Amino acid sequence: MMTILRIVLLVSLIICAISVSLSRNLLTSVVIYMAFSLTMTSIWLLLESPDLAITEAAVGAGVTSILFFVTLRKIHSIQTEAAEEIEEIEEKEEDHEQAESKL
Amino acid sequence: MLGNLLTNYEDVAAVILFVIGMGNLLLQSNLVKKIIGLDIMDSAVYLFLASKGYIEGGASPIYVDGIMDASYYINPIPAGLVLTGIVVSVSVSALMMALTICLYREYHTLNLDEIMLKLGKEEM
Amino acid sequence: MSKPNPNYKGSAWDKFTRWAKGTYDPADGKLESTPPKDRLSPGERAERMLREYDQSRFEEGVAKEIGAFQIISRIFFVLMAVFMVVVLLYTVSFLPAFGDPNSPVNNEVSQRYIEQGLEETGAVNIVTGMILDYRAFDTFGESCVLFVAMCCVTILLRADKKNEIRLRVREEHEMLEYEPQEDNILQQAARILVPLIVIFGIYVVLNGHISPGGGFSGGAIIGTGLILHLTAFGVGRTRRFMNERVIKTLTVCALTFYCFAKSYSFYTGANHLESIITTGTPGAILSAGLIVYLNICVGIVVACTMYSFYILFRRGAI
Repeated sequence: MMTILRIVLLVSLIICAISVSLSRNLLTSVVIYMAFSLTMTSIWLLLESPDLAITEAAVGAGVTSILFFVTLRKIHSIQTEAAEEIEEIEEKEEDHEQAESKL
Repeated sequence: MLGNLLTNYEDVAAVILFVIGMGNLLLQSNLVKKIIGLDIMDSAVYLFLASKGYIEGGASPIYVDGIMDASYYINPIPAGLVLTGIVVSVSVSALMMALTICLYREYHTLNLDEIMLKLGKEEM
Repeated sequence: MSKPNPNYKGSAWDKFTRWAKGTYDPADGKLESTPPKDRLSPGERAERMLREYDQSRFEEGVAKEIGAFQIISRIFFVLMAVFMVVVLLYTVSFLPAFGDPNSPVNNEVSQRYIEQGLEETGAVNIVTGMILDYRAFDTFGESCVLFVAMCCVTILLRADKKNEIRLRVREEHEMLEYEPQEDNILQQAARILVPLIVIFGIYVVLNGHISPGGGFSGGAIIGTGLILHLTAFGVGRTRRFMNERVIKTLTVCALTFYCFAKSYSFYTGANHLESIITTGTPGAILSAGLIVYLNICVGIVVACTMYSFYILFRRGAI
């Protein structure tokens, strides 16, 4: 029974890894990577390593995903309407600056 | 011929994950996908290491009821190694994400091919 | 009375009435306004044409090169992947079976760690006893790796003076526009959750030698609690207790204490001197000699690193 559970978890791990590489949207792939980390956590528990499980849950699924989300925000992969407005304002400012420097 | 291939299914999964991660790292042109690919490779190595330390029917390496017999627990050494590795891998990926943000600020794209194109133009 | 249409100016009817009045010409700016060609001497023109030609040929060439390179790299990758899978699976088939108690991995080292660990380190959790006592310098190096990574991210993402004003303006825009600055739901949830998360993290750190956990996981949990506080209450309130000086002082003090404490314990251990560190009763919080204090040090370093990663990614300064 445990063997079947282990194999199911490993197969879902591989499915997660493949769908990370195939997904078009970066946000989707980061969320799938979170699921990958959580599956990894349960595999650590089945391998009788609770230390690894708690560390993977805190570091892999928690902090790494937060950092990925902030990175996606910084590279404008997660677009909101407000962010678009800010970009427009910035572009206008840039044009303005260029015009000023030409003068 | 097959040997222990069917009983070592964790190692087989680790090998497949390693190759998938390497494919992500080499073939994707998006930098964020490359970072995720490297993380998957890390996880594959950890899975391989930890599965080597597992003993069928062993308990987790925390003393229970004063039992000091080595055959009662699983091997604690791979767990210690992997514990160190997980935390180092997060700092490595944070460093790579910082480099990605710097590249994006400079070239306004994440595609490695476009970055190479812009670099070539700058050289001209 | 009908409302005045705000989009009236520029609409079709407005254009029609203006056309009828003769103040609007639909062909204006479309037909006659081809920009006058600037006059160039034949030599200059030839030069420019050559440059444009070079540019386009360069781009074409690069595009072709990249396309060809991608195809070749894909083929090579598939070949290499098949080769690697075959070689690695062939190796795996000769490895000892999964869960085999007699495999060479379970040698006298792990036996010694398990059988003598409680006496020598006093830690109930064998993994913690191993990484913070027998292999403590390994963990010290790892904490230093975290510190160095933090420094590198600071160097890479720091808002330098040239961009500082721009970044500040942009930041204020972002704060005003879509940062959950005064989000009531988030703040009420954070008011309950942040203390719980931080206390759980402290519990995990302090019980690292008794139960699963330790400095790494507990530090990451504390860091996540701080990140939640930052997101809910804004940078200003978090900076009151977590600014650059606090983070620097905490990290450097923790690393220095770790280094000296462990050096002392190795020095006395290697020379068979009487050490003031005792293992205590196993299972108590203040047992296991130095492990509790080393766990606290590692927890501080990890929490500071995670928090400063987040805030550096967010706004380019701690």
